[in-house]
Parts: sequence; structure tokens; C-alpha cells
Amino acid sequence: MGASSDMLTVAHLRKSFGRIVAVDDVSFTLERGQLVGLLGPNGAGKTTTVSLIAGLLPPDNGEVLVGGQRLNGDADPKKRQIGLVPQELALYDELSARANLRFFGALYSLSGAALEKAIASAMELVGLADRLNDRVATYSGGMKRRLNLAASLLHDPDVLLLDEPTVGVDPQSRNAIFENLETLKGRGKALLYTTHYMEEVERLADRIIVMDHGKVIADDTLDGLQSRVATVGGGRATLEAVFLTLTGRSLRD
Amino acid sequence: MPLIPFFAMVRKDLQLFFTDRRSVIVSFVVPIAIASFFGSIFSGPSNSNEPAKISIAVVDQDHSAISKAVLAGAGTDKNLRVTTPTEDQARDLVRRGTTTVAVVIPKGFGDAAGNAFFGNGEKPSLTLLHDPSRGMELAMVRGILTQHVMEAVSQEMFGGDQGRQLIDKTLPQVESSSMPADQKRLLVQMLSSVQKYYKEQTPAVAQSPAERRGITMPYTVNEEAMTAGSDIKYNGYAHSFAGMAIQFLLFAMANMGVEMLLERQRGLWKRLRSAPVSKVTLLASKAMSGTILSLLILLVSFGFAMIVFRVRIEGSVLGFLAVSIACALMAATFGLLVAAIGNSPATARGVTTLAVLMMVMLGGAWVPTFVFPAWLQRATMVVPVRWAVDGLDAMTWRGIGLSGALLPFVVLIGFAAAFWTIATARFKWEAA
Repeated sequence: MGASSDMLTVAHLRKSFGRIVAVDDVSFTLERGQLVGLLGPNGAGKTTTVSLIAGLLPPDNGEVLVGGQRLNGDADPKKRQIGLVPQELALYDELSARANLRFFGALYSLSGAALEKAIASAMELVGLADRLNDRVATYSGGMKRRLNLAASLLHDPDVLLLDEPTVGVDPQSRNAIFENLETLKGRGKALLYTTHYMEEVERLADRIIVMDHGKVIADDTLDGLQSRVATVGGGRATLEAVFLTLTGRSLRD
Repeated sequence: MPLIPFFAMVRKDLQLFFTDRRSVIVSFVVPIAIASFFGSIFSGPSNSNEPAKISIAVVDQDHSAISKAVLAGAGTDKNLRVTTPTEDQARDLVRRGTTTVAVVIPKGFGDAAGNAFFGNGEKPSLTLLHDPSRGMELAMVRGILTQHVMEAVSQEMFGGDQGRQLIDKTLPQVESSSMPADQKRLLVQMLSSVQKYYKEQTPAVAQSPAERRGITMPYTVNEEAMTAGSDIKYNGYAHSFAGMAIQFLLFAMANMGVEMLLERQRGLWKRLRSAPVSKVTLLASKAMSGTILSLLILLVSFGFAMIVFRVRIEGSVLGFLAVSIACALMAATFGLLVAAIGNSPATARGVTTLAVLMMVMLGGAWVPTFVFPAWLQRATMVVPVRWAVDGLDAMTWRGIGLSGALLPFVVLIGFAAAFWTIATARFKWEAA
């Protein structure tokens, strides 16, 4: 754990809420230019894991290292290395996209020309540059999802945490988001992508972490996971079949 | 504390507030409208301190000199607006609520009242038909009527024809009565003196209204309003604008607290918390934006009152600003308290609406606290609105200097500190 090439190291994380153990001894790493899919059914502990990494929740045990360094408190400047794309559309509908991005950028102490340049660059990436001055309330659901992504890129984080970023999005916008993520991966960003859509991780992920009941039950490449399951006729198993084999239940249970 | 995120959060809150037209109208226009209305009721300068008149009906079935004098006296009373309908009409007017009290002067009232005044005659009854929902006004009419009836009866008895006839009739009755001799002697002496007084008066003088003096009020009242100065009239708008501005800035700040809970519900706190921003920075920025908005609401309201209703800061301008800032800070931290202890936006909204209404009611924002029972007046000292209203009143129409602002300022800052401490301790930051 904690090798220098790792941009994010999660070591033995544990979090419980009363008697319920939401995350139980979760460990994994994330490297530069790598997209890791965090796959699991609802209630598997994906969002809690992301919240622990982003510093939204303090862990009961374990640690999170960003660039080899442990985060230390709410106002730790090392949090600038992390960008969070929340599952919710965390935007102010009443304000324009520009006002939203100015605000979210300022949270990372960006200002002036640097902030405006970051806004232009993020909006260019998600293809919304021409809607910069429109109120977010006038955006479609897919556009809001893309703006939600743009808001997390302003401070140019090394690690991007994406918590189900395509929920409720039409296929066209989903494809646009996938292209954005591939671009970011190409720029050397490390991406952790939680979802319960198998086809998304099949398309995007370099590595897949399967979680269930708060535990990591598999951490491998798609090929590696598929090779664990024997199929009739010797063909490649689907990811759904892999999941069923590993957890004993369907992803959508 | 990192200043760029801090000021960005303050700016964002102000932007959000001013993009919401409904919030702006509710916070700035509504208090001005309501305060103007209340101010006009509670003796603003435009009505020359003329009190609101009580509408009464007088049904004169007697048509005697005394009943006519009672009617004339009531008609000139500055507290009454008198009409003279029939009894049936009067009953209908009171039932409908358009007239507060109807006075029925029955036939024979004048004679009976005269007899009862000197002798042992049976006292006649005046019937008061009244609206049961307006007991306070009934009590006022009863008192005013007593004055006018006593004046009318005594005037007639000591100077009118009815009085002369009554003395002539009563003297022989007293002389032939069986009352104790010493009492009879004294009463006969008094009535004889009155009879002699009548006979020695010239007719012209006797009929002169100026000379026909009976019992009158044995004193006059010199009223002096203790305002900022002897030449400065009480301006009811000053109090009503203070009360309404505080009420609506509390509502605005409670709403800001509810909005914080909505932000949490919408996942916006996740973004804030994932940034290198501390809880104290977030809460301090909210307190700052809340204080700015509250101060704006207060100053705009008072600015309007100054321009339109000639409200003036008769005390200390510095004291006024100090109380305003303390009041704004108290309201802003109250908003944080709402966010800290509210479980959900819906429950927080319901509970805080009740809390704000209670605070403004007990704090004297609607009606002055002197109408409360003594124990309640003491109890309201723990309500911050009471200190805010008293402080602003002291700096405006009461005209008390900077010293009058000191205690309200300190107490309001104390409330703000308490609200801040509880809010930071109870803030469910990790629920994001």
C-alpha cells in the first residue's frame, strides 16, 4: 500500500452507523490515468466509501492517502487534489452556470483570471460553453449532469470521485459524459466511478472493484473477473454472471 | 479563515436571496406595508393625535331638558361619534357591529333622575345595548356617559326649571315626612337655601348657559407626551416599523436556515464539504450574509419610514446603528440555530414559524408589552425581540442617547453569541 505511483490509497477503511457496518475493511489503490469502477448493489457501501475518501465522513478505522499523504481535517489544502461529483445534482438552479462555477471554484480559493480560465476550460470539456450564462434551471437533466461534472474539475484535481454520475441521463448525454471521462483519463487523472450499471464499467473501467455488504469481494480487471467464472461452452461470462457468482444475488436486488 | 471561499459563500447567499423575487417582496415590501398600516392605526403624525372615536347611538325617548343635555354633551365629546336612530334601528346597528354601544334614555328619565338626585326617588335606568366583543369600549362609554349625565342632571337641578319645580315640590314633602328631626331640619335648610338662590337670580342670568352651573369635573387634565422633546410629537410609525422589520428579518433568517437544510438535502453540502473549507468558515459566512441581509431589511424599512412618515432618530445615530447591527447579528445566528437543530426543512419551517410568531408577539412587535400582565412583562425580558424593539424605540421616538442603546446592544449580542454557540455545537455537519 502507498506506492509512489498510487494517486489514491484506501487502507482498511471501516465505518459503522450504530450497529450497521456500512464499510468494512475496504482497501484499494487508484493510479494515475486509471479509471476504476466501484460496482455494487444499492446499500453495498459504495457511496459511504466515496464519502470517506472525500472527507465528508470520518472513518472509524483506516486511512485515506492522497498522493501518499493523509488528509488532515476539513480545511486541509490537500483536499484540492480530490474532485467530487456527487450523486445529487449539487447545483444552484436559481443561478447561472457561470455563477455556480464561480462559487464552486472560489471554494478552492480560485479567483480572477485563473478562475475564469478554469470555468471556460471545464465548460468546453463538457460541451456547454455556449450555455455558460444561462440559468441552470433552464438546463435539461443531461446538461445538468455534465455541469455537475464540470463543477468538480475547476480546481484541476488529480483524483476524481464520481458517485453514479449518469443517474437519470439519456443515452446521448451518457455517451457525452463517457467521452469526457475518457478525455480526463487521457490527461492522467485517476477516476473512481461508482455505479450499478454493468455496461458502464464494462465500457470504461480499467479495473473493477465489486462491493457487497460493505466489503470488497473482488478487485480485478474485467478479464480477470470473467476468468473466475466458468461458462457452458467455454465462452466469456457476462459481468452480471460474475456478480451473481460472487455475491449470490443480482445487482438490481 | 480562507477569505476567498468565505466571501464567495457570502456573495452566493446574497445572489440567491436577490434572485428570489418572492423573498425580496416578503422581506422588504411586506413589512413596510404592514408597518405603514399599524403605524396609521397607532397615532401617526398625520391624524394630529385625534383619538379613534367610539361610535355610539343615543335613543332619546324622554325629550326632557336633561336627556337633551346628555345628548348634547355626548355629541361634543371628542371620544364619541354620536348618531340618533330609533330604538329598533339602534339594536340592529349594534347587532351588526357598526355601532359599539346604543344608549336608550327612557321616557320620564329626566324627572326620575332629578327626584333621585335630591330625594329618595327611584333611580331611573339607562339601557346600554352593547356589542359583547367590545367590552373595553363599553367600559369607556359607561365612564364618559356618567360624566355627561351627572353634568346634565346637576345643571338642571341647580339652574333649570325642572330643578325649581322639584324644590318647590320636595320641600313640603320633606317637612311632612317622618324622618328624624335633626336630619329633616338640615335637609329643609339646604333645600330652602337652593329655593332662595333660584328666587334671587334674574331670569336672564338664570337662563344663561354659562351661568347654569351644576356639578362638573373638579379638575382638568394637562397631557404631556414624554417623547424625545417637548416639541416632538410621538410618531407611531417608529414603533410599528421597528416591530415589523424585526419580525420579517427573523422570518427571512429562519428561511435562510431552512434553505441550509434544503442545500443539505440537495447534496450541495457534499460539494462544500469536499472542498478545503471548515465548518466554522461555512457558518461564519452564513452569519455574515444573514447579518448583511437583516441589516438591509432594517435600514430599508426605516429609510422608508423616515422619508414617507417622517420617523426620525431622535436619540443617537451611533446607538441606532449599534442596536441595528446587534439585532441583525442576533437574527442571523437565529437562522443558524434553525439549520443546526432542524431535522428536515418541513419540520424546521413549521417550528420556526411558530417560534418567530411567539417571539415577536411576546417581544412587543405587535402590541406594546405594557398591555401584558406584570408576570408576562417580566418574562418577556428573555425574548430577544423585546430588547430589539425597546432598543430601536429608545433611539427613535423616545430620543434617549447612546446610553439607552448600551443595554439592548449588549443583550442582543449575548443572544447572538448563545445562538452561535449552540448552532456550532449542534450543527449536523456530517449528515451531508
